[in-house]
Amino acid sequence: MSGDRRSAARRIPPAVLNAGRYGGIVIIVLAVFGGILLAAGKNPIKAYADTFTYTLANAYGFSELLVRMTPILLTAVAVAIPSRLGLINVGGEGQFYLGAWLASAGALGFPHLPAWVLLPILTLLGFIGGALWAAIPGILRARKLVNETISTLLLNYVAPLIVSYFIFGPWRSPESSAYPQSPAFPATARLPSFFNTRIHAGLLIALAALLLYWFLMEKTRWGLQMRSIGGNQEASQRLGIPVAAWIVIALAIGGGMAGLAGMGEVSGIHGRLRQGLSPGYGFTGFLISWLAGGRPLGILFMAFVFAIITSAGDILQITQGLPYSVINILLALLLFVFVARRPAQRIAR
Amino acid sequence: MSAPLALGVLAGAVLSGTSLLYATLGETIVERGGIVNLGLEGILLVGASVGFALAASTGSAWLGLVGAALAGGLANLLFGWLVVSRKANQLASGLAMMFFGIGVSALVGGPFVGAVIKGLPKWRPSFLAALPWVKATTLFNYDILIWLAVPVALLVWWALFKTRWGLGLRAVGESPAAAFAAGRDPSVIQYQGLFAGGVLGGLAGAHLSLSLTLTWAEGMTAGRGFIAIALVIFSKWHPLRAIVGALVFGGAEALQLELQARGADVSPFLLDMIPYVLTLLVLLAWGGARRLAAPAGLGRTFYGSD
Repeated sequence: MSGDRRSAARRIPPAVLNAGRYGGIVIIVLAVFGGILLAAGKNPIKAYADTFTYTLANAYGFSELLVRMTPILLTAVAVAIPSRLGLINVGGEGQFYLGAWLASAGALGFPHLPAWVLLPILTLLGFIGGALWAAIPGILRARKLVNETISTLLLNYVAPLIVSYFIFGPWRSPESSAYPQSPAFPATARLPSFFNTRIHAGLLIALAALLLYWFLMEKTRWGLQMRSIGGNQEASQRLGIPVAAWIVIALAIGGGMAGLAGMGEVSGIHGRLRQGLSPGYGFTGFLISWLAGGRPLGILFMAFVFAIITSAGDILQITQGLPYSVINILLALLLFVFVARRPAQRIAR
Repeated sequence: MSAPLALGVLAGAVLSGTSLLYATLGETIVERGGIVNLGLEGILLVGASVGFALAASTGSAWLGLVGAALAGGLANLLFGWLVVSRKANQLASGLAMMFFGIGVSALVGGPFVGAVIKGLPKWRPSFLAALPWVKATTLFNYDILIWLAVPVALLVWWALFKTRWGLGLRAVGESPAAAFAAGRDPSVIQYQGLFAGGVLGGLAGAHLSLSLTLTWAEGMTAGRGFIAIALVIFSKWHPLRAIVGALVFGGAEALQLELQARGADVSPFLLDMIPYVLTLLVLLAWGGARRLAAPAGLGRTFYGSD
């Protein structure tokens, strides 16, 4: 009997087991958060039902999930790449803003270029903005001066101030004095959107980034070198792998991914630079990458789950009168359950 | 720098440095026990929101203060359950605590946005108030948390370096295995340190909402938790050096406000960057030297006592 059961269990492919495990976590967490909503005098069943109706059970809602997934897929890859070297990038938020800022500079600076020239330039600028911002902590870490965790965190608070400086100052739009923002981008600087929804080409960039991340890490010798640094930094150094250079490069590429997320939001959604572009995309990306253990398919799945959760935040605000930030409790519970299930050593590869 | 500006900056440094000092002292205790709590920002938010909600609903800032301290301590115990009992990764758990704090504070503070409270009473000794250069400033017109800030720093120093408990905590922070072999229970000591640190973090948050701003706004701590974590490194895990650090960083914030109030022709956004950039520069200046001062077991997970 037990032998039968074991062989039956063996026949379940690991992908299904993994999906089941993720699903189990999500259900437990939803139950606990439901309890908290109940304690706050709200109706959790209605909240969850509304979330389902307005996201999964509705074509427009579903398209909005893909819109939400776009930036957090990229900020998750931004965390995942350095994590393979044992580096902790919690600066996705700042890198996002710098990418958005530099892409905006391009959009406002070259209004006469045709779209097929301008859009690749903007994509490149978005990447460079995030990459430069992440290279600062990278260099500090490579030179063993400042731990990258604390430096990336601190820079998160500086980047939005740079954006604010420009939209209150040099880039302030003359037509909207009450609401500070940059002038609207020219039409040539807007990423195309599809199927009459807000889904824009940024989603393709995000999926390409995810694919590139998988290919880079699993199929190239550069990926092997980076993973080797994550496995044993000292041994890698002795083997002649340029550890310091890889630390800077990995953080910069990661930052560039978060910068692309920023570029996608200003060029694909808003069409101008404004404050508060990111409701915590950088931190969300960090959680997604951790929960997925840096695995590309896990990132895709978790980004989808997070898109639903953040939609639930908006729905809580609209239908139940709770502040949007309350949804962070749900995010935290999800991470609590996950980190508590796995001992530290296995996570801190 | 003219004299009134200097006085204004000093006065402001004390006001905004106080919450930084409490937060830094709390994190110092926790880190001396070998645990990094990156979720300090969340603890401050919980303290600020719980304190404000209690003060607004009961009318007593004192009750708010006590509630904030307890809430901070409890939140840190939850963090302890993750990193001490479940041996979870400290950095990931800390960030999860930050999200938890953001969410819980939004839930707790939400109904009280825009509420009016009577803040903590302030008290200025009359002989100090009579001094001519004091009159025009907020100097010495302080609430209990400010008056007690330096004594609390001394108390933390005494507890860490002059008591048997402090010796045990520091031993756990340096080498949990050695402390365990010497008959101490690392888990219990770490939980005690976390609770004490959480209480101080809760007070730090409460000082913001119950004395400085007298309002609740989401995210009102604006990264002070992370600045405090950097301050712990700045002060090389020492409670008395933390006083200097908190004054310097409070001063950076105060300078920014003073310059703005005087209509200096500098963008407020550039001035707002000062504390964060200064923190980074200070960490840079310490460079390698800080490694010698850090507790040897910081951030490591101890499996031995199971």
